[in-house]
Amino acid sequence: MQLIKSHPILEFSHGKIVKFSFDGKDMKGFEGEPIAMALHANGVHIYRITPEMKRPRGFFCAIGKCSSCFMVVDGVPNVRTCVTPLNEGMKVETQTGKGTVPLNMEVGNNE
Amino acid sequence: MSEIKKTDILIVGGGAAGLSAAAEAASYGAKITVLESDLHLGGQLVKQTHKFFGSKDEHAGTRGYKIADIILKEIEDNKENVEVHTNTAAVGFYKNDGIVTAMSGEESYFKLQPKKILMATGAQERIIPFPNNDLPGVYGAGAVQTLMNVYGVVPGKKVLMVGAGNIGLIVSYQLMQAGVEIAAVLEALPKIGGYWVHAAKIRRLGVPILLRHTIKAALGKDVVEGAVIQELNDKFQLIGEPKKIDCDVICLAVGLTPTNEMLWQAGCEMKFVSQLCGHVPVRDAKLRTSHPDFWVAGDAAGIEEASAAMIEGRIAGLAMSEALGLKIQQENYGIYQERLDSLRRGEAGEKIRCGLGMAQITDWGNK
Repeated sequence: MQLIKSHPILEFSHGKIVKFSFDGKDMKGFEGEPIAMALHANGVHIYRITPEMKRPRGFFCAIGKCSSCFMVVDGVPNVRTCVTPLNEGMKVETQTGKGTVPLNMEVGNNE
Repeated sequence: MSEIKKTDILIVGGGAAGLSAAAEAASYGAKITVLESDLHLGGQLVKQTHKFFGSKDEHAGTRGYKIADIILKEIEDNKENVEVHTNTAAVGFYKNDGIVTAMSGEESYFKLQPKKILMATGAQERIIPFPNNDLPGVYGAGAVQTLMNVYGVVPGKKVLMVGAGNIGLIVSYQLMQAGVEIAAVLEALPKIGGYWVHAAKIRRLGVPILLRHTIKAALGKDVVEGAVIQELNDKFQLIGEPKKIDCDVICLAVGLTPTNEMLWQAGCEMKFVSQLCGHVPVRDAKLRTSHPDFWVAGDAAGIEEASAAMIEGRIAGLAMSEALGLKIQQENYGIYQERLDSLRRGEAGEKIRCGLGMAQITDWGNK
């Protein structure tokens, strides 16, 4: 991972290392940290391909506001990866276009 | 969706303003719910490695990320009064029944019924138009700070910074602290917008600050591989020859604009004030908007500094507690107002004073 090795002011305390996959490739990141940051640390900069112009997009605002970092996470499209925490075994995929409604899966807890 | 969560005060945004308001109001016994859309509290404070200026009352001399800890510790003293939801955004306000809908994560929703609401939602970054400005590697300055100062990830090898306001200057220095090279800092205006002390820090380290320069295009097929920059004349027209810059990140520090969609939704009287960098709610000196149950504080009320956001949060916390009928320390109004006035004195505060002249009213009367 491309992490800051020494810093004059800050000390970084990362959590547990977890495994996840990006487009089928195995990667490692820190549990609870945003997916987008884990991807960047693994050298991944392209997170989705836009629906109309087929342009590559990465993150831009990193505070969950701009929609630039939408990806498919565990089958769910349009996930704001800059504010979604990474968990063990997550399946992260480049989103192409608008994404499709995930069918046949348990979603949410809005009972 | 089952029960509706009741609370005295809902604070939307757990940054400099929101946390200060929570600390103040919790000390008078108000029951508070804080919604924070990020994964942790602290807002922009936790991304700042530099020592703050201003007055000791606003922790001058302390580094930003430590100020967040100080306020959180204060809240800890009244923690039974404060409930915090991180990774949770307020997504809607219903005028007819005063219900706020919140989204936790990406999939889960719940409702809140607060008596008073503080919008301490901060700001969002502006973007400027140029070809390929959507390429991965063109990042907002706040995003670069999040990446390197919160999560310790190296943003890139060489960064072109666009904008020599305080954010552009500070983030350039922070990038160097993280071991990243700065190709140059561009500024379209003929002068540096930020404080000289921040500019001097990076100039001493040999970083060129190119005044009257703009970015013409980002280069690269799938990700940023460089940039084209060009000089501007006094009328902001391109002059001279375009120049290629080698970089893998283009960091945009071209300004912020207040985030306050829910105030629009609540029907608050809004006004465009260029000195406050966008549409802002009209408010009184105690930060109440035209809606009797909505307050505003921090960058959501107009782009200013974190020190001002912290004091505004205090005033709003005080005023909401008073409106709830709680016994407050009346003299705090005067103390906080004096601190705000002192921050806004002099040449540096002129823009803000002018903006407030347009956004602030003396009294809502019976409204």
